[in-house]
Amino acid sequence: MTTRRKGKAIAPKAWAGVALVAIALAVLPFVAASVGQAWVRILNFAMIYIMLALGLNIVVGFAGLLDLGYIAFYAVGAYVYALLASPHFNIHLPFWVILPMGAGLACLFGVLLGAPTLKLRGDYLAIVTLGFGEIIRIFLNNLNAPVNVTNGPQGINLIDPFRVNGFSFAQAERIGGIQVFGPQKYYYVLLLLTIAVIVINLRLQNSRLGRAWEAIREDEVAAKAMGINTRNVKLLAFAMGASFGGIAGGIFSATQQFVSPESFGLFESVIVLAMVVLGGMGNIPGVILGAILLTLLPEVLRSTMEPLQNALFGRVLLDAETVRLLVFGIALVAIMLYRPAGLWPSAVRKRELEAPKVAGQ
Amino acid sequence: MSALSLLVAKDISKRFGGVQALTDVSFTINHGEIYGLIGPNGAGKTSLFNVLTGIYEPDGGTFVFDGEPLSGAKPNEVAERGIARTFQNIRLFQNLSALENVMIGRHVRTKAGVFGAILRDQRTLAEEAAIEKRAYELLEYVGVAKRANDLAKHLAYGDQRRLEIARALATEPKLLALDEPAAGMNATETQALKRLLEDIRRDGTTILLIEHDMKLVMSVCVRVLVLDYGKKIAEDSCSVVQNDPKVIAAYLGGEVSLNLKGA
Amino acid sequence: MDTLLQQLINGLTLGSVYALVALGYTMVYGIIGLINFAHGEVVMIGAMVALSVVTALLGAHVPLPPMLIILAGLLVAIPICMAIAYTMEKVAYRPLRKAPRLAPLITAIGMSIILQNVALIVWGRNYRTFPTLIQPTTYTVHGAAITDLQVVIIVLAGLLMGGLVFIVQRTRLGMAMRATAQNPQVAGLMGIDINVVISAAFVIGAALAAVAGLMVMTYYGIAHYYMGFLLGLKAFTAAVLGGIGNLAGAMLGGILLGIIEALGAGYIGDVTNICGFPFLSDALQQQCASSDGQVSLFGSNYQDVFAFFVLILVLIFRPSGLLGERVSERA
Repeated sequence: MTTRRKGKAIAPKAWAGVALVAIALAVLPFVAASVGQAWVRILNFAMIYIMLALGLNIVVGFAGLLDLGYIAFYAVGAYVYALLASPHFNIHLPFWVILPMGAGLACLFGVLLGAPTLKLRGDYLAIVTLGFGEIIRIFLNNLNAPVNVTNGPQGINLIDPFRVNGFSFAQAERIGGIQVFGPQKYYYVLLLLTIAVIVINLRLQNSRLGRAWEAIREDEVAAKAMGINTRNVKLLAFAMGASFGGIAGGIFSATQQFVSPESFGLFESVIVLAMVVLGGMGNIPGVILGAILLTLLPEVLRSTMEPLQNALFGRVLLDAETVRLLVFGIALVAIMLYRPAGLWPSAVRKRELEAPKVAGQ
Repeated sequence: MSALSLLVAKDISKRFGGVQALTDVSFTINHGEIYGLIGPNGAGKTSLFNVLTGIYEPDGGTFVFDGEPLSGAKPNEVAERGIARTFQNIRLFQNLSALENVMIGRHVRTKAGVFGAILRDQRTLAEEAAIEKRAYELLEYVGVAKRANDLAKHLAYGDQRRLEIARALATEPKLLALDEPAAGMNATETQALKRLLEDIRRDGTTILLIEHDMKLVMSVCVRVLVLDYGKKIAEDSCSVVQNDPKVIAAYLGGEVSLNLKGA
Repeated sequence: MDTLLQQLINGLTLGSVYALVALGYTMVYGIIGLINFAHGEVVMIGAMVALSVVTALLGAHVPLPPMLIILAGLLVAIPICMAIAYTMEKVAYRPLRKAPRLAPLITAIGMSIILQNVALIVWGRNYRTFPTLIQPTTYTVHGAAITDLQVVIIVLAGLLMGGLVFIVQRTRLGMAMRATAQNPQVAGLMGIDINVVISAAFVIGAALAAVAGLMVMTYYGIAHYYMGFLLGLKAFTAAVLGGIGNLAGAMLGGILLGIIEALGAGYIGDVTNICGFPFLSDALQQQCASSDGQVSLFGSNYQDVFAFFVLILVLIFRPSGLLGERVSERA
């Protein structure tokens, strides 16, 4: 599934398309805000999830390693930010210092977790990573005594937003005659970061390293026989995936201005995994769409299910949260049974599932 | 241990649970030859391959490859040292294209890492172009170039075997170890394979060949190692081995003489 | 709750429950190589169904002795759990038998989520208490307390395990199961209906799970839609610890894990007590003074972590478990 692109020049028509998309993205937050500020926040969340899903896509989609505790890296990034930019320890480092630190620490955890476990078989690795994710959550929940490091289940609040020289991203102000709110400011930062993450992922996929990952996913014995140091390459996948998770976590902390261990449980790991699976493992555009869909789903459900139930039954029988989870579980099963390549398989991916037309296999 | 010898194996033994797969197997492969490895089913041929290429560690014995000891090397180290292999059951990267399969073969001789991948600097781009070019060349060399962008699992059986050889060649091996490359091929395909093997040898790569197709073995190999129940029962030129009563008995368990003229 | 003997008794009780659940995991994994993620949820459903039956009977003031009421709950819970497991296997796992390993694992997770949320819808979000029908009698043995409930759990679990071993070793079904676990293809060729064998594994495991669910609920007095997750994970750890695919291993692993957890939770406080150390900050010294010299770095609230650590350590250092065989991959 490497997108093999030759070095052809991009046609003028494609440039027009790109320009159109760029304009649409640029005005999107203001369009969304006219519907409601909440929608801008949802857009921002979608972008954070895109980053997370793409990070996990490296581990699960490219290298074929099932990680069920991915959210732990997100948690590490989030808590590093929270501890270094809040009243909790009264440290207030700037965001462009902390984000790389969060990524770095998450990366380190990835290597520490991966080093002893990556030799395990697929399902065992899944359970071990799940255990690791739970361990992180339990520690975050309990490291408030005897020394208060994480503030336990209450979490850490009043986290600093992004700030550059007095320009705070959380504050609403007038810029050039337009009223710009906090979420909208964050939108542009997130958009830039998300685009960077997408580009990095595309480049990784289409590289010697990306091919090595895919070789390992396809047949590890053959990959070793071809000279690939599978241990190091797998560790790299883990480390890179963890780094993206760490960055996303830091941003999450800053935009929410509050973190608690509740946000980092197994279920969140499964959601990110579902985004990767839904989009088609290894398929970058598919994973992006999967992330967007699964971020929007609860909102869509909330705005339709509850009014619908109210109209039909006069009250809400199933709250949106429960329905969302139920739909989610059913979707996971259904996708694996009927569309294992994901909802939007790329043209390349489709080839895998089609019977060959030429006599052969 | 002469300057001619590329691979010297001494007293290789391997046990799997209750089965002694290999016992004190010793042999020498010289530079530039096509060296056959034959024996009845279960004789230990693939086990020998697996021990040679680092998939299993031998319980005893040593390999010396190109003057340096090889024992204890992991599979990827073995590939780096210059031994590449194909598999009895074809282990291609099924969901990747033929071209990508061969490009992965170039991994061990190229360098770009994470930063090269992300930054796409001049050196990385040049290396990528070279990888793709070389992969195409190898696909043409083995005759599968037309199917470069097809997924490996959609290739015809014979093409898959040849693709696997191309992939192994991409690692620039000194020794190419082929595990039953002619299995399941008809006479025409086997002839084409024979020509390919001769090309490879002529172009400087030594070949170690496990095969059951006796006509093929006798026509391309100069020397042959015969295993039976994990033990070496003969190592000599083809013509001698052909008429060795021990070898005949191992295959047929009887007194019939095999008349195998090369094709 | 202090003596070693006490910890061992508690650990044995908990371990018996883990063993029952672990058997379900190990049977399924041994035969089709699938980690049945949703097995913990089956335990939970067993508990919840039994709870509903018991509550209903009590509410209707049915004049039955408490033992029979509980038994009634069990008799309803077991078939329901068996039916759920059978359906799960047929709908979500059987079609994926030939698919790459990832696929059934993901469907298993999906099924787990579905079951949890169905339970959430049916029984609500709150913790439900199990009515104390029989007051437990406590006996004292060498300074440690043991209740008759604990005895019942341990003995009943032992009987069930014995029954399972009997089925597997002495009946045709059991032989078919063992054959299929060794080599499904050949077993099929010998005329064994693989689908029946696999369904049997799921269904028997579910029956044991239902009993385990009832045990946990009576022991802790509460039931909750989320209770299956952690229990399931720990039971899986137990199965791995003993050697996955190995019945004796599951039983041994379960009991061992229960004891490790009990001992760990009991003693971690003492082991990580920092009050004896020099260089304590003022705040910590104050804490030590006001708590009788007992300030632990890690307390019993870290109990759940033990199982995970055990799991990671076993998989790294001895993946075949205590009683399992070393399996190597052929090239």
